[in-house]
Amino acid sequence: MTLLTRLSQITRDVTLSPKQKSNFLALEADSSLPYVEVSEPVRQAMDSGIIGDMFEGHAPFKPRYVLPDYAKYLHQGSEYLELSPAKDLDEALNSLAIIYHHVPSVTNIPVYLGQLDEVLLPFCQGLDTESLYRKLKLFWIMLDRTLPDAFMHVNIGPTDNIVCRTILRIDADLKQIAPNLTFMYDPQVTPDELLQIAASNICECSKPHIANFPMHAKAYDKKGFGIVSCYNSLPLAGGSNTLVRLNLKAVALKAADIADFFENTLPHYCQLTYELINARCKFLHQESNFFNSFLVKEGLIEESRFAPMFGIYGMAEAVNILRGHPELTESNSEKPSPYYGHDRAANELGHQISKALDAIIKSTPVDFGYNERALLHSQGGISLDKDVTPGVRIPYGTEPNPIAHIQALAEHHQYYTSGISDILTIDETIKSNPLAMFQLCKGALSLGFREFTANVASNDLVRITGYMIKLSDIEKFKENGSRTNTTGLGAEAAANTKILLRQPRVIAHELTPSYTD
Amino acid sequence: MTNIAVVNQIIPFSCVDGPGSRLVIFMQGCNYRCKSCHNPHTIDLCNNCGDCLPSCPTQALSLITSNNKPQVIWNEALCIQCDLCLSACPKQSSPKTQRYSVEQLLTQLRQQVRFLNGITISGGEASLQLPFIFELFSAIKADDELAHLTCMLDSNGSLSINGWKQLLPVLDGAMIDLKSWQQDTHRFITGRGNHRVINAIELLASKGKLHEVRLLHIPGISDFDTEITAVANHLKTLPKKVRIKLNAFQHHGVTGAALNWPTCSEAQIKQLATELTQHGVINIVLPSPYL
Repeated sequence: MTLLTRLSQITRDVTLSPKQKSNFLALEADSSLPYVEVSEPVRQAMDSGIIGDMFEGHAPFKPRYVLPDYAKYLHQGSEYLELSPAKDLDEALNSLAIIYHHVPSVTNIPVYLGQLDEVLLPFCQGLDTESLYRKLKLFWIMLDRTLPDAFMHVNIGPTDNIVCRTILRIDADLKQIAPNLTFMYDPQVTPDELLQIAASNICECSKPHIANFPMHAKAYDKKGFGIVSCYNSLPLAGGSNTLVRLNLKAVALKAADIADFFENTLPHYCQLTYELINARCKFLHQESNFFNSFLVKEGLIEESRFAPMFGIYGMAEAVNILRGHPELTESNSEKPSPYYGHDRAANELGHQISKALDAIIKSTPVDFGYNERALLHSQGGISLDKDVTPGVRIPYGTEPNPIAHIQALAEHHQYYTSGISDILTIDETIKSNPLAMFQLCKGALSLGFREFTANVASNDLVRITGYMIKLSDIEKFKENGSRTNTTGLGAEAAANTKILLRQPRVIAHELTPSYTD
Repeated sequence: MTNIAVVNQIIPFSCVDGPGSRLVIFMQGCNYRCKSCHNPHTIDLCNNCGDCLPSCPTQALSLITSNNKPQVIWNEALCIQCDLCLSACPKQSSPKTQRYSVEQLLTQLRQQVRFLNGITISGGEASLQLPFIFELFSAIKADDELAHLTCMLDSNGSLSINGWKQLLPVLDGAMIDLKSWQQDTHRFITGRGNHRVINAIELLASKGKLHEVRLLHIPGISDFDTEITAVANHLKTLPKKVRIKLNAFQHHGVTGAALNWPTCSEAQIKQLATELTQHGVINIVLPSPYL
């Protein structure tokens, strides 16, 4: 299809809103520019699907994820936005609603809305519980209706405070797709009773996702971090300049044997991944003029706090291929003993691969990174992926019981500083037993899970790689289109990855900002 | 300390067998013969006749001689869970049972204790292996790492009062099935009367160890609806915290004449719940999800 035909088709699309059409037109324009300069081996690896840039565009003029320091912004006001410092909760919420429209990301919608309990608490003195509930509820509804993207992420916890509790209450009451929500848990700080409320919320609406606060905090400096989009952990007042991902399944297919994989193939393709990372960052940092933005001038972000995310996926297939068991299908999944997720040696090979990746990441400098390094990320898949499992997950439909599932994967979590999107699918009997969810979550975090994300089988709200969509919306979208940008991705993911045929319902998939008719 | 349990299955993570997340051990063997049984292959113990061997497509079953007696051996690694052996068994039993010592179960519990709120022994009829259960629960209570786990029993209530009294010091709670109210109906469904069941419910309730009473509603067969006043009056005497769990009869797993009995619809189970509520019964729990 020629570019003009595609553009024309987008303008005439039956289901997209004018704004969604504008976004796709812009993406097409970006994709029609010459690609940032890369070597021939990198080009070949990209063309054959071994490494990829996640459709971020040919000329990266904005970072993938941006995490502004919202507390600082409310405290100092903004010269650029002509706002004085916020004096009360109404002003704070108004100022936040304004700046969200000026925070770019790969989806054009802010992926990080802030550590909202910490950010808003100073403005809540003297407010009674019901007033707070009403104000935050209106704010929550506004977010869902005006910034309708489930990649948009709010953080709360680990402290017990009134804003945190009120947000949990509102989120369970409204059961909206947006915003997505991460609850930080610190066993030294968070009362069990508060984690139990969060666990009950998961049973209600598959949110929040629970982050292992001490584990994340240890990876970053005092200025802290945030969880954004689908469970990416990144430096606060910074973010991710790009996400390049490596298909471990494709790498394994190039290797003669396990030794060849570790000694030659994996290091070679990591090297090419780094080349692509540096080429993309060079354009963003040196040619795009992004870092002249008011966000930098007013100190809300710092160029030195942006890190490239080194993403990997297809661990399950890579392990099975390297061990000579390449064909895991649903028909033989009843007895999956030699396979990744089930067999001890298979799981251990997976852990070794993660460890090898970690060693490469820690020893390889990048031109524009956090402490001159990229951050390793277990990538949650995109809607175009076929026959390759997201990140280090166990293939859909072959997952063992939740405890064995956690035990098989826990060892990986230490290595994936910028996030590891595992999703536990739990049958719906847990809905009437939130205590079981609580205990499973505590167990997972104590065993070294960086993040606990659960999806309850029958929930109308489901995760498709870490963002939320409503199952009922997938059907409706096919008919009418959706006001929610991510439902389109979900429908595509559902068709391509057999999500809806699978065991309990979850899936993974991040983002496919390219137009498909 | 030589007790060995005959176990049909262990489920490492269950949300429906007591409060919180639980490891559940399904014991082999039952003293009831419920026509409505959903897992009839847990009723009888294997008699090592070996008739199941030819049915196995993966040669997971073998017959050996141990202490001059025949013994069917099940190789779990080869088993593909096709259940053809269950169909072949002339006793409708299962060769796929395993024997566990208390120490083996403690080891398994230690491996997953961080994920658990407790352990539940179910069946079959768990209380038939009372000495083992007593030893296991006692060992859990005496183990620093495991002592916080609650120890519960899922039972048909047929254990004698003396048996319950032995178990009470190490039992945290029990879920008891009440299959029907009238003796004749109970005998028709299970092969036995229900005096012991009623006595067990009363004893456990008086000791604060009754977690749940379960009623399996079979429209036209069980008599909870026709005896609603008597049933409700009994349930109302129980402590408020006791859950009254209603289950709806389905054909899944059922064999024999009971396949001609009608299944219980969602509307019928809700109707029973409504009638119990009208008669003053509280804390009614409906099937979730409805299956």
